[in-house]
Amino acid sequence: MGKRNFSVASLPGFATIAMITFVFLYLPILTLVIYSFNEAPSMARWEGFSLRWYEAALNNTQVQDVSIRSLVIAFWAASLASILATMAALATTRSERRFPGQTMVYALINQPLMVPEIVTGVALLIFFAMIKVSTGYQGLGYLIAAHTAFCIPFAYLPIRARLETMDLTLERAAADLYATPMQAFRHVTLPLLVPGVIAGFMLAFVTSLDTVVITEFIKSAGQDTLPTYMLGQLRRVITPEMNAISTLFLLLSLIAVTVFFLLSRKKT
Amino acid sequence: MSAVELAPHGAETDKPKTRRGDIAWRWWLVAPALVVLILAASGPLLIVLVYSFLEPGNFGGVIWNFSTDGWFQVFFSRDIFDDTVGPATAHLDIFRRSITLALYTTVITAVLGFPTAWFIATRAPDVRPIWLFLVTIPFWTNLVIRTFAIQEVIRNEGLINTVLRSLGLISAPIQMLYTDFAILLGMAYVFLPLMVLPLYASMEKLDFKLLEAGYDLYASRLRVLWHIVLPLVKPGFIAGSILVFIPAIGAYVTPRILGGGRNLMLGNLIELQFGQGRNWPLGSALALTLLVIVVVALLFYIRSTSQPEGQRHG
Amino acid sequence: MPPSTTRSDIEVVNLSKIFGSGEDAVRALDDVSLTIPENEFFTLLGPSGCGKTTLLRMIAGFEQPTSGKINLGGSDIADLPPNKRPVNTVFQSYALFPHMTVAQNIGFALKMLGKPKTEIDETVSRMLKLVKMEPMANRKPAQISGGQQQRVALARALAPRPRVLLLDEPLSALDLKLRKEMQVELKRLQAETGITFIFVTHDQEEALTMSDRIAVMSTGKVLQVGPPREIYNHPAERFVADFIGDTNFISAQVDRANGRSATVRLPSGAALDAGLPEGLSPREGENVTLVVRPEHAKLAADGALKGTVENAVYFGTDTHFHIRLDTGDLFILRSQNSAMPAGLPEMGDPVAIAIPQGAVQVVRG
Repeated sequence: MGKRNFSVASLPGFATIAMITFVFLYLPILTLVIYSFNEAPSMARWEGFSLRWYEAALNNTQVQDVSIRSLVIAFWAASLASILATMAALATTRSERRFPGQTMVYALINQPLMVPEIVTGVALLIFFAMIKVSTGYQGLGYLIAAHTAFCIPFAYLPIRARLETMDLTLERAAADLYATPMQAFRHVTLPLLVPGVIAGFMLAFVTSLDTVVITEFIKSAGQDTLPTYMLGQLRRVITPEMNAISTLFLLLSLIAVTVFFLLSRKKT
Repeated sequence: MSAVELAPHGAETDKPKTRRGDIAWRWWLVAPALVVLILAASGPLLIVLVYSFLEPGNFGGVIWNFSTDGWFQVFFSRDIFDDTVGPATAHLDIFRRSITLALYTTVITAVLGFPTAWFIATRAPDVRPIWLFLVTIPFWTNLVIRTFAIQEVIRNEGLINTVLRSLGLISAPIQMLYTDFAILLGMAYVFLPLMVLPLYASMEKLDFKLLEAGYDLYASRLRVLWHIVLPLVKPGFIAGSILVFIPAIGAYVTPRILGGGRNLMLGNLIELQFGQGRNWPLGSALALTLLVIVVVALLFYIRSTSQPEGQRHG
Repeated sequence: MPPSTTRSDIEVVNLSKIFGSGEDAVRALDDVSLTIPENEFFTLLGPSGCGKTTLLRMIAGFEQPTSGKINLGGSDIADLPPNKRPVNTVFQSYALFPHMTVAQNIGFALKMLGKPKTEIDETVSRMLKLVKMEPMANRKPAQISGGQQQRVALARALAPRPRVLLLDEPLSALDLKLRKEMQVELKRLQAETGITFIFVTHDQEEALTMSDRIAVMSTGKVLQVGPPREIYNHPAERFVADFIGDTNFISAQVDRANGRSATVRLPSGAALDAGLPEGLSPREGENVTLVVRPEHAKLAADGALKGTVENAVYFGTDTHFHIRLDTGDLFILRSQNSAMPAGLPEMGDPVAIAIPQGAVQVVRG
């Protein structure tokens, strides 16, 4: 009979609860995915594997419409947010001391994370309504602006993290080796920063795709995004078409998050 | 052996950047982000404050007359017939429900999240990121989809009822959707990663030699957990609780999908004022009340994390 | 001294650096003046916080002096940014660019200077050969060992043929064996290239073995500059004697002082000849502190100092005797071991200590 080593770290029941947590996290998602392939229109019975709901979803012009809108907004918001966040991250790192006002800058950048989305949604509803009245502009710009602001902290975090793990002496070494500040940025800082920027972009992209409440509040008529469209549909009779749409959407997020995960693990 | 041709000594005399120039340069770099954030996130909050002191327009919007009715209606209601003033019980109930549900959510996520974070933190270093990744995937999945997934599990024709029925355990479906239980389950599901991640972050930094020291000094597993582990991961606990509590108290999507029409939370009440209610000042005042609750929670958080180490165990 | 040298001499004139302001102000460098002639291996030695790194960073251009001048070959470089100074640094952390290969790292400076590709390639291969890293040319810094990274950092800094090479504790990250190897290697590179090396370290042994001259620093000041032997045998300050090697401090009274030597009298009454640091001329009867290195003193039948052996610690090559002097002070004596360890005193034995001519030095402080 082999004696087990005394394990310092193991606490009774913890592994079991952890397993329950993982089942809890994945069971609903798996259910959703599995039933997207059900031939039957209801969960009550399984009538065999079928792609008919995917076919229906992909041929649904409204779904096509809102999906494209979601992607367009996410692309613009993530691009703008990662550019602005890169600049902000460069300003708030690469120095041994903080500049005056840096704490306030942090507070402003992180503000969208702290204020409940519904409050931001209400505030933007009012503010954008005023602008709509005075300018007459009704386009996607409002949604892109709101999503950009909301995505900045998400893009900022991985970019700043990347910059902070970079040895401060690298630019100093470049300067020592006759690089001008621009050359040092071009040849040293920027190439090292790229994975961080891509990670930030991915995170911002997923965040924009995920943003429901703010969009719901400020969208004009006919500006539904995929999540707000789904939110509206969930009040009606649900067919597995929703499961199919969800699964496709899930796949998209999964790809973006995996890219983010792989990039953020890459060491400097 | 002169180095002059290689090293541009004395070629130009531009001075190195001064500290003041460096600060100005850094402000220029952050400025664009700050402009966007102020215009599309922070600034409009002030307009909400202004709107909460105006009169509601007939078809939404406001009439630019000063009025405290918005704020009055948050807490009090005037009887339609005899004009007597009483507490706005409907609103106060929703406040209480929202706070209670948010607190319960925090507790449930903590009970599940602590062992989960511990489990991950005690894996071999090379597999930890993979477990952590498994926790993050649902977090980055769309909120509507995740809530929909819970609905799939608990609705009358959903997974649980279908399984129970096919096993012959029940004849009629158990009503779970559109109850407080559904909201609670949904919020716990949706916000669980927000508890696990900061807890894990504080556990990862934990020196496991301290646990060995505890056992060496005759502490039982429970005592090691209580006297050594818990005090050391407290910052993670507090951070996780704040991260769960804030979105939970302002939740809108989850109660809307899982709670049905009667089980409102604060978020839905606010939305109602901007939709059917057409009372923007009341909606603004309610939104600011929610913001105040969040700020109080944040202040509590800041206070409990900025306390010097020695005072923490009082 | 007129600043009219045409060579690459480094001249530091009344250099001061104050960090912060008001009550928090820290004087990191206090009115330091130094001249480092071309082609010298010069070491700044001192404990952490003594200002040696600050001085190095000011020569490199990463720190602006509060006051004073830095002349290179006669012209002031204090206002030039680092990328305009013909001075290169080997950083403590090496600061190799992680996204570039070894060859790209070495060629970086020449590329920044806009040199033609053929010249860059030629210099890079020469440098690779110089530091014996040819097989690693296409590796990334993460794929080579610490010692190899060190060589690459050296090659990178030498590639543009700087007039002065600054080395900021470059060996501190290496293990002992590698450090010894690199000490020899650095000395070879300095001799081969003829470039002035300014080397910063807190390791006295490193300083003594490699340098042509050493400047010992403490709290922002240069206490003594000189060749290793002089610094070791004739320390001018108590701090210098204490920081470099093991030391016995003995109090004595001056009988007679004459230029750079003096006759001092010990409490026991014995008289000794002692060296005097430059600029110190004690009066007759003045109390002074003497320095005697443990290995310079000898156990003898009769000597200037008398005491009792408190402890004898065996070190293989030698034995350290802890001797309690009759005055109550502790004296440490190092005696080389021989194959026949007969007649050595043991704990509790009374002994006498003889101090040979030239082994005594008066120090300030």
